[in-house]
Amino acid sequence: MNLDFSQIAPSLPFILKGIIVTLQFTLLSAVFGFTLGTLLSLLKISDIKPLRWFAEFYTSIFRGTPLILQLALVYFATPQVIGYRISPIEAGVITFALNSAAYSSETIRAGIMAVDKGQREAAMSLGVPYKLMMLDIILPQAFKNILPALVNESIALLKDSALVSTIGVLDLMRRAQVVAGQTFLYFEPLIVVGVIYYVMVMGLTQAAQVLERRMRRSD
Amino acid sequence: MIRIEHLVKSFGDLEVLKDISTDVATGEVVAIIGPSGSGKSTMLRCINLLEVPTAGQILIDGMEITSPKCDILKVRQNVGMVFQHFNLFPHKTVLDNLTYAPMKVRGLSKADAGKIAIDLLAKVGLSEKADQYPSRLSGGQKQRVAIARALAMQPDIMLFDEPTSALDPEMVKEVLDVIKGLADTGITMCIVTHEMGFAREVADRVLFLDGGYLVEDAPPDIFFSTPKSDRAQQFLEKVL
Repeated sequence: MNLDFSQIAPSLPFILKGIIVTLQFTLLSAVFGFTLGTLLSLLKISDIKPLRWFAEFYTSIFRGTPLILQLALVYFATPQVIGYRISPIEAGVITFALNSAAYSSETIRAGIMAVDKGQREAAMSLGVPYKLMMLDIILPQAFKNILPALVNESIALLKDSALVSTIGVLDLMRRAQVVAGQTFLYFEPLIVVGVIYYVMVMGLTQAAQVLERRMRRSD
Repeated sequence: MIRIEHLVKSFGDLEVLKDISTDVATGEVVAIIGPSGSGKSTMLRCINLLEVPTAGQILIDGMEITSPKCDILKVRQNVGMVFQHFNLFPHKTVLDNLTYAPMKVRGLSKADAGKIAIDLLAKVGLSEKADQYPSRLSGGQKQRVAIARALAMQPDIMLFDEPTSALDPEMVKEVLDVIKGLADTGITMCIVTHEMGFAREVADRVLFLDGGYLVEDAPPDIFFSTPKSDRAQQFLEKVL
């Protein structure tokens, strides 16, 4: 086996730019995904049955089909159906946010259910309206409990973001493939982005631990 | 004044409260006692609509709170509640527990809400705990904070749901002393309790519930010395 990293050294700046793309992409997907997931989780615990059915149906669709299919549908089918030429980045963020919302809504629902019933009653007894009760009392406690699960979801998002390389987004993965195509070296660029993904995931894990410690302040 | 008329509450097939009617006058302190499962807590929780009555009416100062037109949130702002398990907000400091609802619900400024909170914490003897999180407090301290939190909304009525039942014995007195102090301030209070000595000392009236019925309604000296019903006599023999 003869590895030759020196040949791809000139392409390194090109590959490293992919970090920004991948991170941006993951961050946007996570922010939209968790926001939408929170709203879905509230539908799932609603007293109104049709809202619950909708949220459960939504989740079943996104859990029941492959992510890469959803991505292809949004990217290739959107121009055909609504006539809007969607950019790869837009298609990627929309798909990943919608998909992540389906998964995280289950986690967030469980987190809300795990908050002591007395918290809700205490807020109600003080005349706190539903929206404020959720925002200020229930959700902060729920998120604290499910932080590790949400970090897992974010890590999955970060790694799954490599799928957008299939629709032409110049993320880390795609850049490795481009370099491979130019140099006819496959192993080296793939190893390089593999290490970059790993370091990013470790960084995310560390950041989550710091955040968790801060949130445990009140214990 | 609280007026309860033919109050019925069922959970599914289980009828927990069966046709309860009574009045609580403004400033009156009422102790609600009875064996477990008799419906005491359910009755109390109907007064601030944490439980929605199945039938009957509850009026507070002439306003029918059981009417669908009634703004439940407005009613609750005026009816404080203290729970058996305190239910302090664990992610907020003691001070924030006290100022949260007055600021967000009543719309008080931070300064005004803070001033009320500091006064109340002094009254329950916990001024030095203002910046602590609830997890650092003992059970008795938590319950005193919970009482202060309810009072911070400046309610006319206070409901206590077994406020000392979850406490270690040596902490019961500090909480009861705070409640006793309140009894003299003219606030209307309904207290579900198992502390018979306390009920006798503090209450203007004792309601004895059994099996969902209001069996006795009498001043404490009469209730504890000469209860009319057999059921109350049996109960008192066991607990006194």
